[in-house]
Amino acid sequence: MPNISANGMKKAPAPLLEMRNIRKDFPGVRALDAVSLTLRPGTVHALMGENGAGKSTLMKCLFGIHQPDAGEILLSGHPVRFQNPREALDQGVAMVHQELNQALKRSVMDNMWLGRYPGRFGFVHGRALYEKTRTVLGDLGISIDPRRIMGTMSVSERQMAEIAKAVSYNAKVIVLDEPTSSLTEEEVGHLFRIIRKLKERGCGIIYISHKMEEILQISDDITVMRDGANVSTAPASEMTMDKIIRLMVGRDITHRFPPKSQNIGDILFRAEALSSRYTKVKNASIHLRRGEIVGLAGLAGAGRSELLENIFGLSVREGGTLHLDGREIRNRNPREAIRNGFALLTEERRATGIFGILDITENTTVSSLKRFLSALFFINDRKRYEKTEDMIGRLSVRTASRKTKIRSLSGGNQQKVILGRWLLCEPRILLLDEPTRGIDVGAKYEIYQLMQQLAAEGSSILMVSGELPELLGVCHRIYVMSGGEITGEVAADSTTQEEIMALAAKNV
Amino acid sequence: MKIEIVEKMKALEPSARRRYLAEMLINNSLYIFLVAAIVLIQCFNPRFLSLSSVVNIISLSAANLPIALGIAGAIILTGTDLSAGRIVGLVACVSAALLQSTGYAGKMFPNLATLPIPVVLLLVLAIGALVGFINGYCTATFHLHPFIVTLSTQLIVYGSLLLFLMIGNNNGQSLSGLSPAYTDFIKGSFFSLGNTPVPNYVWYVILLTAVMWVVWNKTTFGKNMFAVGSNPEAANVSGVNVRLVIILVFTLAGLLYGVTGFIEAARIGSNSAATGLNYELDAIAACVIGGVSFVGGTGKISGVILGVVLLRLIFVGLTFLGIDANMQYIIKGLIILIACAIDMRKYLVRK
Repeated sequence: MPNISANGMKKAPAPLLEMRNIRKDFPGVRALDAVSLTLRPGTVHALMGENGAGKSTLMKCLFGIHQPDAGEILLSGHPVRFQNPREALDQGVAMVHQELNQALKRSVMDNMWLGRYPGRFGFVHGRALYEKTRTVLGDLGISIDPRRIMGTMSVSERQMAEIAKAVSYNAKVIVLDEPTSSLTEEEVGHLFRIIRKLKERGCGIIYISHKMEEILQISDDITVMRDGANVSTAPASEMTMDKIIRLMVGRDITHRFPPKSQNIGDILFRAEALSSRYTKVKNASIHLRRGEIVGLAGLAGAGRSELLENIFGLSVREGGTLHLDGREIRNRNPREAIRNGFALLTEERRATGIFGILDITENTTVSSLKRFLSALFFINDRKRYEKTEDMIGRLSVRTASRKTKIRSLSGGNQQKVILGRWLLCEPRILLLDEPTRGIDVGAKYEIYQLMQQLAAEGSSILMVSGELPELLGVCHRIYVMSGGEITGEVAADSTTQEEIMALAAKNV
Repeated sequence: MKIEIVEKMKALEPSARRRYLAEMLINNSLYIFLVAAIVLIQCFNPRFLSLSSVVNIISLSAANLPIALGIAGAIILTGTDLSAGRIVGLVACVSAALLQSTGYAGKMFPNLATLPIPVVLLLVLAIGALVGFINGYCTATFHLHPFIVTLSTQLIVYGSLLLFLMIGNNNGQSLSGLSPAYTDFIKGSFFSLGNTPVPNYVWYVILLTAVMWVVWNKTTFGKNMFAVGSNPEAANVSGVNVRLVIILVFTLAGLLYGVTGFIEAARIGSNSAATGLNYELDAIAACVIGGVSFVGGTGKISGVILGVVLLRLIFVGLTFLGIDANMQYIIKGLIILIACAIDMRKYLVRK
């Protein structure tokens, strides 16, 4: 047994996975420089770092999407070099991606056993398929009907189905990439229970996340990366949030949030008794003052995004009135809303925000093309390029040039480009839905700064966020929603997380 | 089930009840449409629901079902198949040429004895499958959209068909004078509804449809087809041979076009280069009406059957109503558009 070394001394259990001195070069850049990671069985190993620090490159090297230029990978002591994710899976190394890659039209059981259905001679044994799926789910304490269609399930249920799939392959090493970015607190609790079950079975988990509280709660070891290199590996018990941030950013961040703008004026926008026909928004009244940042708190499914969509004219409004500057407006559709000076930053950046294969220029100017018309119909490209360059500079978007395709940027930089798109429309009311989701600490701070600056210039901002500390740190005032209704309004400086949670649970 | 719905209705407020009712109407719009069309046509022409007319509609639907089942596979993969009709035409003409009566004056191959039916059937199925394989191979290997691939093969198949019809002293004429054994095998009847004989090919198609149901729902291949249509990347990572699945789906489709052509040749009796023209368009329309979505990964055999029957019913109905043939095209177009638009509402997420 590897537990006993040659001279008979007892040692710690052999690591499940060891990545030693991994180096990866891309043309002109060294993406990974002698990075090492050791995963012990039955533990959670958090991998942290800002976007671009090299976490995903490291994982791609593990799964054979990239081949490392130097270094070695040992799985239970044996050197391995996978050619593709499928090979890794066959040897018990699985990854649950942030963007779940599933056949949405198919059922849980069809997804789980895809590529290895039970049965003979090409016929699928339906009963066995169902029972085997139930057993896997049951062992993990997941209560999902194997026959449910993926597309009808919530993100957290789909994620659990994906973890169950990894377990069904007898995976020993499971990589979870930002698993909680779209889960509610309760769902996170459930996920953690499943992770603990996996630990008991001796699995090793590599846990990639930006959420410090969770990492400190769930992990045993923490590795922090910066600029393609290890900066520290230590037991979680020796780490604090400030320490991690310092390691990640390489400097002290004394404040997680920039100072709030002080310049609040009179009421700019008022919505009275808004209701939606097809979503749960009921009788919601809010107002925004000039220069004010207002938060919308609530549990997932409380109707926060739906309220933004209602205001922006994306959903059918059943009742209620909108006033901008004391004048009644209607916002029957997004075009009208944009004309009235509204902008909506959507929650699903990849699905409804970016035009992936288009470059930064196109993505930046798509909502304001009318402003670039010269001589009647023709678009003045030079002006467009100038404005785009301006935005890249002003929002410090890190990119090779304005010609880069937006999908090759990191999440934080994509978000900045989309913000830039709206800024070109010179909006008076910004509706931001989870503006910092899946974005690293540094970029988050820059986005907060930008928000405060816009507020100081007289715009009003209404933002949805699932992270209470963020709402408390950024907003002046917070509305709390529950069950589609506004259940309370609190001042950010004098409220507590407990007060907000109580309001959020009112109509559940 | 019925009671459940009534109970649910009672529990709702009036406005919600109205909405619930509207949803139900939309979700079952195809059936309602079907019933309404039947009632309407029946009112204008009572002979519409006579036994002979019903058998006629069933026979016509059966003749069009195999090609639709083939194309449905391509649509489930988010593809399409423009070559289907031309493959039907080629197969029909080859079948006809090899199965002409021995003594027939205009026989294409005068010196060739009439071949046994199973031999010809296997040969033409192989032709259909071969073209299908080429479609699938090019789609999968060169990562081309099937629209492009089948647009090309459709031309190649048509050209081959025209060349085939020039062989010997046939000189492009249409092929008739089929051997009675062949015609009987397809059009003969051992079962009659009332006084109306049901042609044999209806039974063949019913059997074929049952086999296709099993293939779609109970085999690894079927499940892989839906998975690839729904998310090829996920299928690939899960170890599905995506390329093979695509090739097989198109090959199977080609095989089904072969069946259609073999039936069609005997059913029509006189086959020319125009045989099969635009069949793929009717088949695609039937699939889409029946809920086989171009989004990929969804579709049911029952939906394809429903779509084919609905489309045939309307075509026959328009004739029964005595509507001008030119006008019929316009009405067909409108009906396909409206039926699909209503059906699409089911899948929209309402906000």
